[in-house]
Amino acid sequence: MNVLLDHLPAFRDGFLGTLAITAASAVIALVLGVLIAGFRVSPIPPLRAFGTAWVTLLRNTPLTLLFLIAMFVVPQVLFKGLSPFMLAMLALGFYTSSFVCEAVRSGINTVPLGQAEAARSLGMTFSQTLRLIVLPQATRTVLPPLSSIFIALTKNSAIAGAFSVTELFGFAKLLSDQGYAIAWIFLWVALAYLVITFAISGAFRLLERRMGVAR
Amino acid sequence: MSEVSVTKNAEGSTPAGDQLVVLDNVNKHFGALHVLQDIDLTINRGEVVVVIGPSGSGKSTLCRTINRLETIDSGSITIDGKPLPQEGRELARLRADVGMVFQSFNLFAHKTVLENVMLGQTKVRKTDKAAAEQKARALLDRVGVGTQADKYPAQLSGGQQQRVAIARALAMDPKVMLFDEPTSALDPEMINEVLDVMQQLARDGMTMVVVTHEMGFARSAANRVVFMADGRIIEEAEPNQFFNNPRSDRAKDFLSKILHH
Repeated sequence: MNVLLDHLPAFRDGFLGTLAITAASAVIALVLGVLIAGFRVSPIPPLRAFGTAWVTLLRNTPLTLLFLIAMFVVPQVLFKGLSPFMLAMLALGFYTSSFVCEAVRSGINTVPLGQAEAARSLGMTFSQTLRLIVLPQATRTVLPPLSSIFIALTKNSAIAGAFSVTELFGFAKLLSDQGYAIAWIFLWVALAYLVITFAISGAFRLLERRMGVAR
Repeated sequence: MSEVSVTKNAEGSTPAGDQLVVLDNVNKHFGALHVLQDIDLTINRGEVVVVIGPSGSGKSTLCRTINRLETIDSGSITIDGKPLPQEGRELARLRADVGMVFQSFNLFAHKTVLENVMLGQTKVRKTDKAAAEQKARALLDRVGVGTQADKYPAQLSGGQQQRVAIARALAMDPKVMLFDEPTSALDPEMINEVLDVMQQLARDGMTMVVVTHEMGFARSAANRVVFMADGRIIEEAEPNQFFNNPRSDRAKDFLSKILHH
């Protein structure tokens, strides 16, 4: 208990760090994931191939390996001045986007084909059909898996701590390195993660209730 | 009505007739199934063509090839002189001129009735909102569902939904309307309210291709009946001639099964 009170500012920084990297990666993952899902169902073969390659590559690579590449290879080749936070955000966001993409795609597949046919018959282009008709109806189906994906993302963000990004897990490591009793620190860190993950599942439950489409 | 159809048929028989939709030697396969075989069909402006035939004869597929919801393997389809382009913007533009009404209505489930009828106008035709709404309300009144404008499709009966679907297609000012078994998913008491709207449309001079099992509608509204079986057009004739005096054995057999029970 004292350990926490003595290091409250560091703990708070860690908590905010986890929150920041989770939120930033979530935005990247969501935007990229929806875009790549659009690619994967598009009528244009090169886009479909790109989408499939993106998902296959990122989903099947261990996240730690992605972090190593982001931290040590990417700065050598391009983006020389990026901070560890930005690099970690890119690694997490890209990795998670492949899972978001597949969740969105499964949602797209639950929308009856007739909806897209009706939109195309009215003269809508592929992207209009997707944006105005299919995705809004897919959203409700996508929410439950998306909630799981973002909770996993929160916990995956701990890896960033090992690459000198200030966040909760890094805070725990720092204190245990200084010789403090580990059990209490872990308990507080775990509670802090729970606060974030519970907030995510709560927000998604709320969204789900709002998004009902009557058929 | 019969006078009108006679003059239209006379027009159609001349090579210089005002041809709106032309299918020339169209073939399509679903795997091993040869679902459309050497289809030649010309639809003139203002003409109402009803396509009938047993299940699996390819009549729905034929209807769907006209706005390229189904691709074809060979042959050509032209609409108002223009061949159907590949998937893309040009095809989208052409589809805007071809109204389509589906068996399962396919109203946008997440939009209100009014939004359903406005969406194509505002997003495809780029009409401004006020004008689109005015037109949508007028069309909804015309098909008799004006009071339901703010409801969602799922709150309407099948017959009402199908009439909204017709209004949605009409909102684009189409050159031709395609009806793919528009009454097949309806309860019997709702069929007539949809057929009445279609009758009115036919009287107003809309060019229509109607795939249906409603022989009464075919008799009263069609200028021409096209009878399909096993992927081929077996017979084309004026409704009176077709129903009273079919030429082919296949058509005689079909009519004897559906007309006497």
